[in-house]
Amino acid sequence: MEVFDIFLLEAVLNGILLGGLLALLSLGLNLIFGVIDVVWICYAEMIMIGMYAVYALHVQQGWPLLAAMAAGIAIVALLGALMHQFIIRPVLSAEPINQLLVTGGVLFFLQAAATLAFGIEFKNLGVKLPPVAIGEMSFSMPRIIAFVVAVAGVAATYLFLTRTYIGTAIRAISQDREIMPLVGVNPGRIFVVTSALGGSLAGLSACLLVLQYDIHPAIGLSFGPITFLICVLGGLGNMLGGLIAAFIFAQFISVGGFVLAIEWGYVIAFVFFIAVMFWRPQGILGGK
Amino acid sequence: MKILLLALLALLAGTPFYGLGNYPLHLVIMCLLWGYVYTSWSIMGRLGLVSFGHGAFLGIGAYSVVMLWNHFGVSPWIGAIAGVIVSALVAVIIGLPCFRFKIVGHYFALVTLALSEVTRLIIVALRDQTGGSLGATPNTALAQGNAWSLGALQFSDKVVWFYAILVVWLAGLWVWAKVDRGMTRLALEAISHEEEAAASIGINVTRSKLFVTLISAVMTSLGGVLYAQYQLYINPETVSGIGISLQMVFGVIAGGMYVMLGPTVGAVFTLLLAEGLRLALGDAFKQFPALDLAVYGLMLVLFIIYLPKGILGTALEALNKRGPAAR
Repeated sequence: MEVFDIFLLEAVLNGILLGGLLALLSLGLNLIFGVIDVVWICYAEMIMIGMYAVYALHVQQGWPLLAAMAAGIAIVALLGALMHQFIIRPVLSAEPINQLLVTGGVLFFLQAAATLAFGIEFKNLGVKLPPVAIGEMSFSMPRIIAFVVAVAGVAATYLFLTRTYIGTAIRAISQDREIMPLVGVNPGRIFVVTSALGGSLAGLSACLLVLQYDIHPAIGLSFGPITFLICVLGGLGNMLGGLIAAFIFAQFISVGGFVLAIEWGYVIAFVFFIAVMFWRPQGILGGK
Repeated sequence: MKILLLALLALLAGTPFYGLGNYPLHLVIMCLLWGYVYTSWSIMGRLGLVSFGHGAFLGIGAYSVVMLWNHFGVSPWIGAIAGVIVSALVAVIIGLPCFRFKIVGHYFALVTLALSEVTRLIIVALRDQTGGSLGATPNTALAQGNAWSLGALQFSDKVVWFYAILVVWLAGLWVWAKVDRGMTRLALEAISHEEEAAASIGINVTRSKLFVTLISAVMTSLGGVLYAQYQLYINPETVSGIGISLQMVFGVIAGGMYVMLGPTVGAVFTLLLAEGLRLALGDAFKQFPALDLAVYGLMLVLFIIYLPKGILGTALEALNKRGPAAR
């Protein structure tokens, strides 16, 4: 049984690595929800666009990888700002469910646009990094990079939100949407900045995912649902709750996938989610 | 108005005799089948219960019949009953706590989204039995030149399917109208505006919601049964999961959520959009495999912003404004 234990440990550690990435994935969505009160169902598709952007610039245009990634982040950030200006703003006063649905239309559109531009074949960067061996365990290098960068991204977002003027305004508006115009903050501008920030976090996630996974137009559907559920589990808009939920989910997926099969890991995570919703509908750290 | 509708229905019922050929008839059948499924969704969706999880019920229906038939030789008639029972159970297991703990709006949508993903993942995970992502085909009962088998619910003639699905579609509309005229609709409309106030005047919120959820889930799962038996091929992506669940929601929105034929119009619109583009573009269509989806996505966004009542809802409203004769 000793051999079994070391692999279990490997699964747990892999779960922690995955948790960092999931935390970054859900952070942008959570930020947007907390501030603008809108769920972007198409968030995972924006990440997909970021992945294709990095692929197109690096592989097709021959840009250096880091430059392509920087451009990818900028493109998705811009996409986020455009998304707010042209899609969300017209429905801001509509029923909440319409706001959810309109982003679903964007989901179909982005998927189709990616298919039109790149076809349905799987693409990858062709970057192969050697695995890292620790004792008898081995870890994939892209996962370790993803974890480190994701944690750095989360920390940078935290610093931005707590140490800058505009970050403080963003936090303030998420606490009280009505009072902020009265103290001289322009909510429209804050919304655009938040959307761009959420977009850039999606872009960063894209850079990390593209190192690990092949790209195809429907890839958003494979990690989109888990991203929403993490946000809801943590309490929509509650960023700390989202981080904790990300690590919990990652353990279910990683250890559950190790003991049974990868799909069962997801099934357990989703069933856990449904059960928690009945117990604490406001999320594990939700206040309302 | 009523005469006009009956005339249209008679025209529709004659479809197999217009010599359209197999493919157009198939399209009409698909319009009716998806029209029925979308109608089933809208029975709860229009009352403020926007479910992103109806792929679960569709998948349960489809996989129940095919698995029972392939592995145990159980007739699809019994399989359909099993699928309906399981769907009803799932609807209660998810619905009851949701309604009791007042999970509404975004949260309800996302909980049901999790449900449809759970269903899809379970189907994939049981790949030894279900065939996983490759899908499953019901064992054929039409060997030795049989054109049909009632016990196995398999018919090689599309005309039979046309009438069967026409009847089911009409039944779906009938249920829709029944719910529309019932007390439950009024209760649920009150609930969707102000849940607390509705409860305070004696409306049993949980029971009203559970009632429409059960109807909707059972009808959707029957849609899954029909889909499996008609297409004779199912796979986890086409009958469950987030993709098909969203497709149902958006089909209904495009057609019009609040009018009886709205969901059907949505189904026709979605199917004809792809066909129309294929005809319009001819060979060029093959080079743009997702063009219909791109146009569809764009139109959905525009619909929700500018035509929140959908195609039919907006058209009827415009008609009513012009001439007070209707209604």
